[in-house]
Amino acid sequence: MAKEPKKPSYLREFYKGIIIENPVFRLVLGTCPTLAVTTAAMNALGMGAAATLVLVCSNIVISLLRNVIPDKVRIAAYITIIAGFVSIVQMFVKAYSPDLDKSLGIYLPLIVVNCIILGRAEMFASKNKVLPSALDGLGMGIGFTLALLVMGSIRELIGAGTLFGFPVTVQFMAPMIIFILPPGGFFVYGMLVAVVNKITIKKGKVPKNQLGCSGCPMATNCSRADQGECGKP
Amino acid sequence: MIKILIYVFLAGIFTENFILSKFLGICPFLGVSKKLNTAVGMSAAVTFVMVLATAVTWPIYKLVLVPLGIDYLQTVAFILIIAALVQLLEIVLRKFMPPLYNSLGIYLPLITTNCAVLGVTTLVIDKTINGEVISFLPALVNAFSGGLGFFLAMVLFAGIRQKMETCDIPKCLRGLPITLVAASLLAVSFLGFQGIVDGLIS
Repeated sequence: MAKEPKKPSYLREFYKGIIIENPVFRLVLGTCPTLAVTTAAMNALGMGAAATLVLVCSNIVISLLRNVIPDKVRIAAYITIIAGFVSIVQMFVKAYSPDLDKSLGIYLPLIVVNCIILGRAEMFASKNKVLPSALDGLGMGIGFTLALLVMGSIRELIGAGTLFGFPVTVQFMAPMIIFILPPGGFFVYGMLVAVVNKITIKKGKVPKNQLGCSGCPMATNCSRADQGECGKP
Repeated sequence: MIKILIYVFLAGIFTENFILSKFLGICPFLGVSKKLNTAVGMSAAVTFVMVLATAVTWPIYKLVLVPLGIDYLQTVAFILIIAALVQLLEIVLRKFMPPLYNSLGIYLPLITTNCAVLGVTTLVIDKTINGEVISFLPALVNAFSGGLGFFLAMVLFAGIRQKMETCDIPKCLRGLPITLVAASLLAVSFLGFQGIVDGLIS
């Protein structure tokens, strides 16, 4: 994690979120929407765009206010800022794309508690200047969107035989509906993380097999995060 | 009425399980289910906060936000209420019930950002049974059974993960991937309940 570098490499802040620190496959953040909305590629894209917008806006505001917000109430302050932007996005989606609003349903307001957004606020925006924070948010958002898109496409193609609603394999192959049901979500996610791990091992790096605490937004004020369990803050 | 309560109760545990069919609260599901005692503590705390949060947010939504025409503030209001409630609960428990605080207290700060709690309070607002919006009592039962469903999934999964500790797993599948595959199999078994509960109400 870059800590106020003297010569901030803006490009790095942007692209690190897309591959090296991909929030879904490498940091294991935001698992709930990843599993829930990826039943179709279009939903995945909509969710990704909504989360990216909230992420960039909240990163900018939190970065601007980073010297004003008292340390003790920072989590509550971040949640309020994020909830404000989520409400804006929610109304926007409701007005311009009622279909998307229907298919995302509860998961749209739940962007508030998405660990990616709170995690980036806590780990990056609260320590960095505005421009790097905005780029970090944009990069993480695009990484999140791409990951959702990959999962959504796989699940839609196998589970419904279509892609973005257009029939692909459905004419000559019966779709395996289990892939768009909850178990398919867990399975595809697990397999994709395994593939990412395989590539990481091949490159001689340590694969990601810690889960939970490393990505938990509360990790910094948890006393037992390094042991992989929850503790007193 | 009794029938609706039973339906809501069973559906919350089995067919509308928060973790395995709604994907809410996946972070604690993956993060805290390594040991049985932490899994039990976390899910007990979640159940407690879910019921309490519903008991507060439901009347506030119906009696304050809707009459004033500011129901678009639902998300902001709910998350703030939950955050304040969790803080308050922590203070009260520490002061008056130290034994309970020692077993549940450590999980409380983590619950503010748990999507299952915000999820249960938001979902219950528009929840309908046979086309009718449910009233306060079924809403509370819904929160309680959602918590129990969370508990059940966590405890089952903690057992599965303890068994997996000793298995020889391919290197790239170790850790998160195999955990997700196991969760997938657990979710398949919960699909089996689908028809049973729906038959109750029709």
